[in-house]
Amino acid sequence: MSTPDVTTPPEATPAFRIARSTRMHKYVLAVSVLIVVLLAAGPFILQFVNGVQPVSTMRNLVTLFTLLALAQMWNLLGGYAGLISVGQQAYIGLGAYGLWLLGDVLHLHPFVAVFAAGLLAVAVALPVAPLIFRLRGGYFAIGTWVIAEVVRLVVSNIQATGGGSGKTVISAARLPIDTRITGTYLLALFVAVGSILLVYFLLRSRLGLALTAIRDNDLAAQSSGVNVFRSKLLVWVIAAYGCGVVGAVVAMNLLRIQPTAAFTVNWTAYMMFIVVIGGFGTIEGPIIGAVIYFALLQSLSQYGTLYMLLLGIVAVIMVTVAPKGIWGYVAKRWNLHLFPVRRRLVLESPPPGEDTKPAESPDAAVAESA
Amino acid sequence: MSVVLELKDVDVFYGDFQALFNVSFEVEEGMTFAFIGANGGGKSTLLRTIAGLQRPSSGHVLFHGEPVDQFAAHKRVGMGIALVPEGRRVFPSLTVRENLIIGAYGGRKGDWNVESVVELFPLLKPLMKRQASSLSGGEQQALAIGRALMSNPELLLLDEVSLGLAPVVIKRIYEAMVLLVGSGHTILVVEQDVQHVLTVADYVACFLEGKISLEGKPSDLSSEAITAAYFGM
Amino acid sequence: MIWANVAIQGMLLGGLYALFATGLALVFGVMRMVNLAHGDLGILAAFVALFIIQTFGLPLLWASVVTIIIMFLVGYVLQRGLLNHTLGVDDTRPIVVTFGLSIIIQNALIMKFSADSQGLDAGKIENISVKITNQLSIGWFPLIVFVIAIVVIAALQFFLARAKLGRAFRATSDDREAAELMGINNKHIYSLAMAIALAIVAVAGILLAIRTTFDPTQGSFRLIYAFEAVIMGGMGSMWGTLLGGIVLGMSQTIGTQAFGAGWGLVVGHLVFLTVLAVRPSGFFAKTVTA
Repeated sequence: MSTPDVTTPPEATPAFRIARSTRMHKYVLAVSVLIVVLLAAGPFILQFVNGVQPVSTMRNLVTLFTLLALAQMWNLLGGYAGLISVGQQAYIGLGAYGLWLLGDVLHLHPFVAVFAAGLLAVAVALPVAPLIFRLRGGYFAIGTWVIAEVVRLVVSNIQATGGGSGKTVISAARLPIDTRITGTYLLALFVAVGSILLVYFLLRSRLGLALTAIRDNDLAAQSSGVNVFRSKLLVWVIAAYGCGVVGAVVAMNLLRIQPTAAFTVNWTAYMMFIVVIGGFGTIEGPIIGAVIYFALLQSLSQYGTLYMLLLGIVAVIMVTVAPKGIWGYVAKRWNLHLFPVRRRLVLESPPPGEDTKPAESPDAAVAESA
Repeated sequence: MSVVLELKDVDVFYGDFQALFNVSFEVEEGMTFAFIGANGGGKSTLLRTIAGLQRPSSGHVLFHGEPVDQFAAHKRVGMGIALVPEGRRVFPSLTVRENLIIGAYGGRKGDWNVESVVELFPLLKPLMKRQASSLSGGEQQALAIGRALMSNPELLLLDEVSLGLAPVVIKRIYEAMVLLVGSGHTILVVEQDVQHVLTVADYVACFLEGKISLEGKPSDLSSEAITAAYFGM
Repeated sequence: MIWANVAIQGMLLGGLYALFATGLALVFGVMRMVNLAHGDLGILAAFVALFIIQTFGLPLLWASVVTIIIMFLVGYVLQRGLLNHTLGVDDTRPIVVTFGLSIIIQNALIMKFSADSQGLDAGKIENISVKITNQLSIGWFPLIVFVIAIVVIAALQFFLARAKLGRAFRATSDDREAAELMGINNKHIYSLAMAIALAIVAVAGILLAIRTTFDPTQGSFRLIYAFEAVIMGGMGSMWGTLLGGIVLGMSQTIGTQAFGAGWGLVVGHLVFLTVLAVRPSGFFAKTVTA
């Protein structure tokens, strides 16, 4: 969306325009690009320096990237469209199985299959939508869980997909190991960055505006001409695709698909907790949350059950005490918004009768979409 | 005459929006005090604050000289304050009889019971077993007032009881109110229908944008003055 | 005759599902909250009963009574201390908090009791059947469970319809603020509703533990079946929940008989999805689908 320059008769009101980015945003952009470039080039540089790929670091980072992408998807659904899903594991798992299906059975190159696998998730998400959209709030959440359960049961029962014991993703396993490790890493990075960009551009679009309206008040949005069903459907499908692609990347990383692991509700736990801790309804939040979660995972993962228990406790405390998450607190306290999604009122000239210099109002967001 | 209710410098906010500015007045026992004014003037907020559904951000609500701000709404019923809320808000899935009975849930002992309420509003008599959602506006209003009476209040708050009702129905409601007025309750009435409420009120205050713009006895106030205060001219 | 047997088994199984569902429906009816930890709380009750039996040697019946009382108190404190604070802002908080609770309960149970399957032993009654005809016999225990379900639902209905407190529940459900004006303390009513719901789900959890094996991860499934029973039955109707449970139970058992163990559950889910598609407000809807 362009930033229109609107001027009105000089005596009446001060000239203003509606802007999105500030200088700070440009710095943020520069820093972000730098980080992404470093992450992408990192393994190659380290290989050049050390002679060997930092394999375990790369595998770990794949986990971080996939968690980040998942959190963005969950946040897109829940934080922006108001669709709290407890069943995204259906699409993650479908993506994993999709990789196997497209790679092993249909002989697509695994790196291509990853992106096509998301479509398998969409194939289920689409027909399911009109059904579960009849439900609201908590019942909608459980409805998504039912869908995940059905998918898991069906996959577990069909011998062709390996039944309960699952399958190995041979097409990926056959790749030369260096190619596979590097490829998975770069794919994961791409998916993570892609998910952030996807959400960012979505929010800047008309759909983003519609979503904000829907999130605030369903019925009012409907009567303002927003096609609520279509907007929700679009977000639902996008999130399913995103989760599917992530599932495929995970499958490539693990080389094995198996119903219990692919469709476990723990995926939802991770996504939800990252968003809750990091910040609901913001783009920055899930990034922060993913990093924190990942750091905790590294240090506490051997404690398994205790770790999940603590995670649950932290999530419950966060929602009660700091419902907007860490980023929510930071954003409010220091009025910081790294992603220029909000629209701001910028005064071009001082209002009549005042001697102050041109001011930028940081907060007068015409649409609060962050 | 003792002072039943006093408001001292009460400010009430809805989030950032200030609905009442420094409101102060006194209500004596047995008095019928009318609040008039245009929509959004703060009248409903006033009654809700007295009933305990809103808290003042500063100032006090005093009932028989004691501040009641710390008491939640459900406690104030037991103290003798009953509100007939705007929009009637009868319980739709309960029958008429059940609505009345629940009115006595947290209330006090006294003369009001199902029989005496039905005497006041005979139109309710054939409706006792009907679900409240199937009642007409006027019937629901009678039910809402009767329900509030079931708690045997000392201070009765009526919020826009004539809103959305046919003139014939309003007349009947006010006939009942005349009987109420004579029975020793202290009554605060919020109305947009100025004409009717002035016939029953001992004292009237006009609200404009959260402040009292005019007050006095109905007999002392000219209709020009009232109109001016109502619209802020 | 095998189908008649299967159908009856499904019907009786439905009684158990209805018991799980009733508490869920009650809480939603009174405060519009969906408790994602509901199933896990039922399983928690089973473990509490197990713990009491193993540690104090109480017989099953007494352990059950104590457990029910404990869960009643847990419900009150949980609602008053935590869940009440999540209500009123938006839909997301109660969902996230109760989901978090679900994770907490499951993992805490695994840590204390391990992930192994457990069982509660009710003795001979688990195995004896009553013979109806030469080919048809019904297990005593499933029949008892079904009867308990009916009794509990009837008692709850009676409570809601006739008791002073039950009337307060209904009024609060209709209009929370107006109920406050009647002298009804919302916070207290919500907490009581949760307390009753957990007492009921404790009964369900214990009966489940007797009927079959249980482990810490069972709660999620209980929640899903309870939810399906509520939705199919129609929100706002307790008896509808029983019917929903019966339909679900029968779908599962008939599905298992027709297609094998794994598919039985799928059939149940598919029936649910069909009802959701065709008659989304359920069999006996009293309120609009939320």
